[in-house]
Amino acid sequence: MLQNKHNLTVPEADSGTVFRIPAASKLRLRAQLKKLMRDFFDERGFLEVETPVRIAGPAPEEYIDCIEAAGKFLRPSPELEMKVLLAHGFDRIYQFGPCFRADEHGWKHREEFIMLEYYMQQCSYRELMTFTTDLLTTALKKSVGQDHLTFHGTQIDLTAEPEVITVAEAFERYTNMDMFEADRQDRFDELMVCNIEPNLGNGRLTYLTDYPANRASLAQLSATDPTVAERWELYIAGVELANAYGELTNGAEQLARFEASRAFRRQRGAAEYGEPAAFNDVLRRNALPPCSGSALGFDRLVMIAADAEDISEILY
Amino acid sequence: MYNASDLKKGLKIQIDGAPWAITEFEFCKPGKGTALYRCKMKNMINGAGMEKTYRPTDKIEKPDLEEREVYYSYAEGDMYVFSDAETYEETRVHAEVLGDQTYFLIEDSLCKILFFNGQPIEISLPTFIEKVIAETEPGARGDTATNVMKPAKLDNGYEIMVPLFINEGDTVKVDTRTGEYAERVSKA
Repeated sequence: MLQNKHNLTVPEADSGTVFRIPAASKLRLRAQLKKLMRDFFDERGFLEVETPVRIAGPAPEEYIDCIEAAGKFLRPSPELEMKVLLAHGFDRIYQFGPCFRADEHGWKHREEFIMLEYYMQQCSYRELMTFTTDLLTTALKKSVGQDHLTFHGTQIDLTAEPEVITVAEAFERYTNMDMFEADRQDRFDELMVCNIEPNLGNGRLTYLTDYPANRASLAQLSATDPTVAERWELYIAGVELANAYGELTNGAEQLARFEASRAFRRQRGAAEYGEPAAFNDVLRRNALPPCSGSALGFDRLVMIAADAEDISEILY
Repeated sequence: MYNASDLKKGLKIQIDGAPWAITEFEFCKPGKGTALYRCKMKNMINGAGMEKTYRPTDKIEKPDLEEREVYYSYAEGDMYVFSDAETYEETRVHAEVLGDQTYFLIEDSLCKILFFNGQPIEISLPTFIEKVIAETEPGARGDTATNVMKPAKLDNGYEIMVPLFINEGDTVKVDTRTGEYAERVSKA
């Protein structure tokens, strides 16, 4: 054998996003999954809605950057508009639709992707876990025709009781640092990606829950422990699939959080957005009813059902 | 300088004065968190591996790398002399940089040298070269399929595994990337 450590063969550089036509079987699986989920919502009295894709005022999230479109922005999520509907009396709504986030490219990221968002009034974030498990396992079992699936070599039992682990427990179990300390040292995201996420959703669904209060985003703080927020993320085979909140209904607090996020974005040198006028109006009137909601990356769910290596296998 | 968003598989970067090639790359973004760019890389001088995670605000140094076409000329002790295909300027490369590639150098063959800060760090040879088998035992007939290769030596002493039907004096093609037998060119 050649004893030459110098002769590196490095594959040619990737050219960013790959566009190709997915196989017919994958597109059928995709359509079937969507239909099964629609059936699930419809049977439970949900109304399917559509809200604007081009909006003036996306939620000012610290690390989500929007794509500009003729003086407005392509929505990074339909969250604020759906909450306006909730405030207007719609109590169970869902939406499948395109969302856009700038500079997100990877095997499970696209700048344009399909989000499923669903909201339910009079539902705690914990109850929304049960609902979500039901929704996903029902649709996955029917679409793959089995009680289990394999994603990238990891078997997932769709009949198993999901694992529920708090962020604090996850830091304790998989890192040598407390979650608040990780946050102070600005290592939270890195430890999450490198040490924690690979351990989540192996064998069964995992709900990672109760994020530190400064990562609450639009979630309300826990009534029993205000150092954490009513927020969970769902993982299957290490892949983050959904983000959910017990929604913050206190208008003044939400407006203050938006202001803090804007200040953070300015400091980051990130773009400033317009005001979400209709949602701000809801906040000023404290008109958002108690509810929980979840945002699920539909393409990632299809990837898991199809055991896809790359998002381009299941999305044109 | 590169921005973190320029990182991708195959990109060559500089860290602490050394050139590194990115061999694996993953874009990560934990829920609502900052984007992270996870890289596995290989040191282009000593072959060492390393993992490193970058953030969106990180700036990464660009290495001064230049590739030039050269012809192999001759050996002088531990030094191997190449002449530039355009300017005929001579470059002397130490045997340490070449490793076992020294067995596959053929006079006047067109090669490529990768220079880092003006120093040669990597040589690419023609993918296939032809060599004569100087030594090998006759292949035993009726041997099992598990043993279809036998040891042989090239005329310069390099040891190589060849199929049983190869005999002394045969000319074979060798893949210079792996140092392995590729095919028989002609019989003795």
